Order: sequence, then structure tokens, then C-alpha cells
Amino acid sequence: MSKSNFTRRGVLRTGAASGAGLALPTIFTASSASAFTNNPTGSSVTLGFNVPQTGPYADEGLDELRAYELAVEHLNGKGDGGCLNTFSSKALDGTGILGKEVKFVTGDTQTKSDAARASAKSMIEKDGAIMITGGSSSGVAVAVQGLCQEAGVIFMAGLTHSNDTTGKDKKANGFRHFFDAYMSGAALAPVLEKVLGADRKAYHLTADYTWGWTQQESIQAATEAVGWETVNNVLTPLAQTDFSSYIAPVLNSGADVLVLNHYGGNMVNSLTNAVQFGLRDKMANGKQFEIVVPLYSELMAKGAGANIQGILGSTNWSWTLQDEGTKAFVKSFGTKYGFPPSNAAQTCYAQALLYADAVQRAGSFNPCAVVEALEGDSSSLPGIDSPSNSGFVFDGLGNGPTLYRSADHQCFKDVLVMRGKENPTNEYDLLEVVEITPTAQVWYEPDHPMFAGGQLGECNPGA
Amino acid sequence: MLGLNKRDTTLLIAVAILTLFAPFILNPFPEGSAMAQFNAGYPDLMQRFVIFGIFAVGFNILFGLTGYLSFGHAAFLGVGSYSAVWMFKLLSMNVLPAIILAVIVSGMFAVVIGYISLRRSGIYFSILTLAFAQMSFALAYSVLTPITNGETGLQVYNDDPQYLMGPDSPTATNLFGLEMRSTYTLDIGHWSFDFNAGYYMCALIMLIAVYLSIRIFRSPFGLMLKAVKSNQQRMNYTGLNTRPYTLAAFVISGMYAGLAGGLMASMDPLAGAERMQWTASGEVVLMTILGGAGTLIGPILGAGFIKYFENIFSKINDTVLHQWFAFLPDGLEDFMVFIVHPFIGKGWHLTLGLLFMMVVIFLPGGLVEGGQRISAWIRRRNTDDAEKANGKTKPAE
Repeated sequence: MSKSNFTRRGVLRTGAASGAGLALPTIFTASSASAFTNNPTGSSVTLGFNVPQTGPYADEGLDELRAYELAVEHLNGKGDGGCLNTFSSKALDGTGILGKEVKFVTGDTQTKSDAARASAKSMIEKDGAIMITGGSSSGVAVAVQGLCQEAGVIFMAGLTHSNDTTGKDKKANGFRHFFDAYMSGAALAPVLEKVLGADRKAYHLTADYTWGWTQQESIQAATEAVGWETVNNVLTPLAQTDFSSYIAPVLNSGADVLVLNHYGGNMVNSLTNAVQFGLRDKMANGKQFEIVVPLYSELMAKGAGANIQGILGSTNWSWTLQDEGTKAFVKSFGTKYGFPPSNAAQTCYAQALLYADAVQRAGSFNPCAVVEALEGDSSSLPGIDSPSNSGFVFDGLGNGPTLYRSADHQCFKDVLVMRGKENPTNEYDLLEVVEITPTAQVWYEPDHPMFAGGQLGECNPGA
Repeated sequence: MLGLNKRDTTLLIAVAILTLFAPFILNPFPEGSAMAQFNAGYPDLMQRFVIFGIFAVGFNILFGLTGYLSFGHAAFLGVGSYSAVWMFKLLSMNVLPAIILAVIVSGMFAVVIGYISLRRSGIYFSILTLAFAQMSFALAYSVLTPITNGETGLQVYNDDPQYLMGPDSPTATNLFGLEMRSTYTLDIGHWSFDFNAGYYMCALIMLIAVYLSIRIFRSPFGLMLKAVKSNQQRMNYTGLNTRPYTLAAFVISGMYAGLAGGLMASMDPLAGAERMQWTASGEVVLMTILGGAGTLIGPILGAGFIKYFENIFSKINDTVLHQWFAFLPDGLEDFMVFIVHPFIGKGWHLTLGLLFMMVVIFLPGGLVEGGQRISAWIRRRNTDDAEKANGKTKPAE
């Protein structure tokens, strides 16, 4: 090995130098005093839109970004105002937020928790974003939510469907408008019972990661409650693109329903495989064989093409709804971009408006004041008898009367059960509403076993 | 100094000065100006620069010296991160035990993987390491979820045991009370500079890592590794068993990766499985080649280059473009935005790919070769000037 010529003097000198180096940062620990992180002092306020622009959910991400840009336009009083006209809270008047013009920065989450956190951090540290929103997968949402809690900014979750986001990983600074896996199961089960009968044997194929598991757990519990039997649950690797070897055993398993707990490209591939195997033409146990996809999205439906015809699933919202909020949003989105918005776009648009409205009502950008405003005045949804039915109730953003529950920062609203259309009239009109499941049916308590374990903690204003 | 020759000492001092003044160097544009978009001097990115610098320097010990191209180095980074976060969960938020455990665990991991993979060389070695890394990724993503928390990533929760945590211990990662995220912002005129405690700790560790790497490069051990690179068969025929040397290099570079992983977790206590994916392994290969494989400073430059693109270019969107080209007439403005659009935002991969191609084609030695060519050109011009001033020209031979 090399000859080391450490002298006593040399060691002392190095020690002193590195000691000085270590001590240096402590000089700088005092932080500039401010009531909360990124207090906007100028004439504008910056929001951070953190969406996947590359990777498997890039399509969803781009649609989210379109919705955010539209929301900013409406908040600043440009365009036709969209849902500002139908929103039940009238605090927003199209002059920005608290009189400050809304500006935004965008980032690429790459659907990786690391990259998402890096991009959110740069928005907070470099661009001075006061709120982060977006995301198209639960892993990313949970990771960024944790970061925002530490940094002291508000996180308005985008498309995230896992129970954990407002379950065991819930945070005081984080809010979710989208529905979750439990609600999908609770909404689907009665419809499945009605359409397919109570005497069914289900076979599950499940994406082998957190979202897949919570989704499978939820739908299994809900269908078993209406009398179904679960034959088997097979976990499929995430990177799987060809599911034929998983589909073949289904035929001889004695099952007569296949539940695909997959999302995105996984779902497109597994569904295509299942249909190609002729599963839908088979008879099992004297019944027509059926396929169920618990979480639907317009973009996935487009990818699967004709294979989705007649297949049941759930969504958070659909552009074909006829309430005033939906009509206003679809109209301004369609005018600007030339096609109807997706689920992901709607939830992001609603989240942006909800944040702006909360700031306006609170009269301050302070995250703790915003949390208080979003937790509302203890109003409750009618028809649900529960002590946790308390929070901020609003309407006119497209989902009917909605409750932002203060106990876990989750929105409660109607859930749609959808079916792939047999005769679509155009490439956007692929799904039809089978039933609108009322909020009361998808209600659960914050300490439900599938959501237990986490605490909201205290709101953190940072700084 | 410190057993280095004059040239290496100069290099080390240059790196030290660059890292010390990075907050100034990386924030050249005043806040609020159109160019502020290109400022990179915010804590998170500066931390990433030095952490990935460490990662790449370690990778270069294996790739640059022995020529063994590992396509699975991200696995060590991930293992380091996971062990560090587990230390936060079990002991306290002090980063020191976390970093130490990260280095030890990734070292042990490297012994196992290295022992098996180094039975083959060339492309087979690369494939073996790639297979191991993908295996680790799949394990972390789903199978080992109780340990790694799967897709969501491992985080610290309020109800974790944290046995060494006192009632008033800081809840953010810290070094004996000095919080990693504490930042002092210095405002000079329109400029603002961030001095972040976590960054300076990482920078100090990077200097130590670079120093160690220089010592390894200049040692007889390093010479042996270079010999492996130039002709391993010949080494074997002379009766020398090269495998202990390559294994040692593999383990050292795995420990460097683990150190980087531990530091990443220390700056931001979350470990995601994507850190182990093959794209992450490919990234460090790109960093090293882009900067200059086998050179001392190259990998750090490459790491900075790639992270800069990932974090700065991906955030430029059409609105920003319209601001830049606002001075042009409307039609021309839209045209310019249309031209530039594919290269920014979601197209940052494209820009990076083009630059990588240009570097590999025109500067096979990486950015370091670029620097050498420029300095050689300046030196030549200076001597030319001096000769002209002397009025003497060499006669043609």
C-alpha cells in the first residue's frame, strides 16, 4: 500500500482545518425571521404544480397541468370564470388570491418519490411556492405530502387513490379531493351484486405494491359482504407487460369473475390479455364470465380500446355528468383545449380552487390558517349520522355536495360506477355512468381498520 | 500536503474552494430577473450536486481504474438510504450513526454481490450487477415491503421507537443538534445566497471522499487496478491473483455509493425504491463518462451537469418561454417557443441526450478533456504571443 507520511504537525494542522470547516456552518444557523415559509410579500403568489411529465403516467400528468393552467386563468379573472360561477363559496372574485396575482411553476415528478421530492423542494426553496399540488400515484403523493409537512407548506393531493394517503400516512398540511380504494369497493359492491348476482366467485389479479394491496383488500371486503366468495388472489409484478400466464389458470379455478386490481399500462395489458383469451365469452358455474376493473380512468379506457366494452369500474367524476359545476368546467376546458377533461384534470382543478378559496376565507396565506379554513366550520353533510361528519361543505365543483372532513382531510362525495360503452360515439365517449353511489354508502369512520395507524399531527407553518 | 503531490494538492484545493463558494457561484443571476430560472444555488440542488459527486467519484474508483463497468451501483445507494432511515427510526434523528451504518451495510452488500459478479468480466459482469440491482429493486418495491415500505418509500413516523430520542431532541435530521435544513440567507442587493448546514456537511464529506480517492489513485493498489484495466490476462499469467484487488475496489466503490445514499437520507429522510432502479444505475455511468472516466474531477463535473439538467431544465415551461421571447413580435415569439418547446420541461431528457452525444463524439475524454483543450489552447496562444513579442520565430526544420 502507499507510504503514509503523517507527521504530528501535519495531523494537528489537518485537525484544526477540518474543525474550522465543521464549525463554519454553525455561524449560519440563524434563519431570516418570517411568520411562515414563503410568505408572499410582492404583488404575486406562486403555486407549485408537481406532475409526472415523463414516465408511465405522463398522460395523466399533462392533463393535470392543463387543468391547473385553466384554474390559474380563472383565479386571475381571465377566461370565462369556469367553476368560480358555480362554486358554493363566493369568496373568490377573479382578482387572484387575496388580491395577489397567481403565478405558477411546474415540475416533473417522473412518478418517482425521489424525483418528486426533489422537484417539490426546488419549488419551495428556489421559487418560493406557498402550496404544492399534483401527482399521479399514491407513492409520490405520500412522499410529497410528508415533505410539505416538514417544510411547512400546504399539499393539495392530485390523483392518488390509495387508502394510505389520508389513512396511515395522513398529514395535517395535506388534503385529498380524490376518492380512495375503500370508496371504490363500497361503491362497486352493491352494483356488482345487482348486475352480476350475489352468488359469484371472484379471482383477483393484483399489482404487487401498496396501492394494489389496499385496492384488493377493499374490494374483497366489500364483495364478500354482499355474499361473494374469493377464490384466489395472485400478485403480479409491477413491470409485467404480458399477463397471459396469469390469465390461463383463471379458467380452471372455478371462478366466474376476474377482478383486475391494476392501474395505467398494467390494466390496459391485463385487460387486453383477458379479453383475447376469450374470458368474456366463457360460461363458468352456469353464468356468464365477467371482468371488473375497480379503478377506471378515461386515459386507460382509451388505451384498452374496444376491450373495455361492458366492463364495470368506478371513477371519481365523469365529464358526462349534468350538474352545473361539471358543465361549467367541461365547457371552459373544452373551449381552451378542444377535448373533454379527465378525472385527473377535474380533481386537480377542484383542488386549486379549493386552496385559493380557503386562503381567501382565512384572509391569510399562513398554512395553519388555511388548514383551519379547509377544515371548515363544523358543517356536515345531510343524511349521515356520525360524529366525524364535520368539516367544510361545498358544492358546485362537479361532484355534488362534498365534505372536506376535518378528521382526516379526505373529501366525501358521490362515487360513480361506470361501464365501458358498447357503442361509443367518439373517442372520448368511452364510459357510461351505471349508478351514482350516494356518499352515505361509501362513508367510513376515520378509525376504520383500513385507515387506522396514522395521526394528522399539528399543522406546520415552517420557518 | 497530506501525502499528495503538488498537482493533486492544487486539484483538491480547487475543489475545496469551489464547494465552499458554491452558494455564490451557483446563484449568479439576481432574484426576479428572467435569468433567475438558471440559478442552481438552492440548498436541495447543492446537496444533490455533492452527494451525486460522491457517488460518481466512488463509481469511478471501480470503472475508471479497473474498467469493470457495474450497471447495478444504484443498489448500494438504495441500501445505504434504507439503513440510514432505519437508524432514524430506531435511534434518533442524528445523522452520524445513520451515515456510518449506511457505509457498513452497503459495504457488506458489496462483498456479497462483488464476490459473485467478479467471477466474470466484461459484459457478463455488467449483466450480473444489473441483475442483482434489479432484484434488489423488485425486493424493495414489493416483497420486502415490511422493511422498505414499498412504493411509498421508507419514512420516519411519529410513533417510531427512536430509543435515543430525548424529550427535546430535534425532530429534523441533525448533527448533534445542528439541523441539516437550517439555512442562512444572505441578501446583497438583488442577489440572495443560501448557506445551508446540510450542504456544508455533505461538501466536507465529499472533500474527504475525493482526498481518499486521490490517495487510492496514486497508491500501488491503484496502480494494480490500472494494470487490471490494461491487461488482466497478462496479470493472471504472471501468477498474480487479481480478484482480491478487484473485489476490494468493488467494495470500496460500493461503500462510496452507500455513503452517498446515507447522506441523501440524511438531507431528506425518505428512501424510495426507485433509487435502486436500473435507470439510477445508468445515471451514474452517464455522469462518469460525461465528466471523464478515470479522471479525478470528471465524475463530480458529470454529476453536477446531469443534476442541473434534471432540476433546472425540467422546470422551464411554456409560460417561462413566452416571458423570454416577449420582446419579439408575436408571430416570431410563438415560433421561437414552438422551436424551443421540445427541449425543455418534459423534454429535458432529449436535451441531455443530445449534449451527451456531442460530448461522447467530440470530447471522448469527457468534460475534463474539454477543459484541457481550452487550457492548452490558451497556453498555446500565450506562448505564441510571447514569441511574436520577442520577434523570434523558430526556423522550419
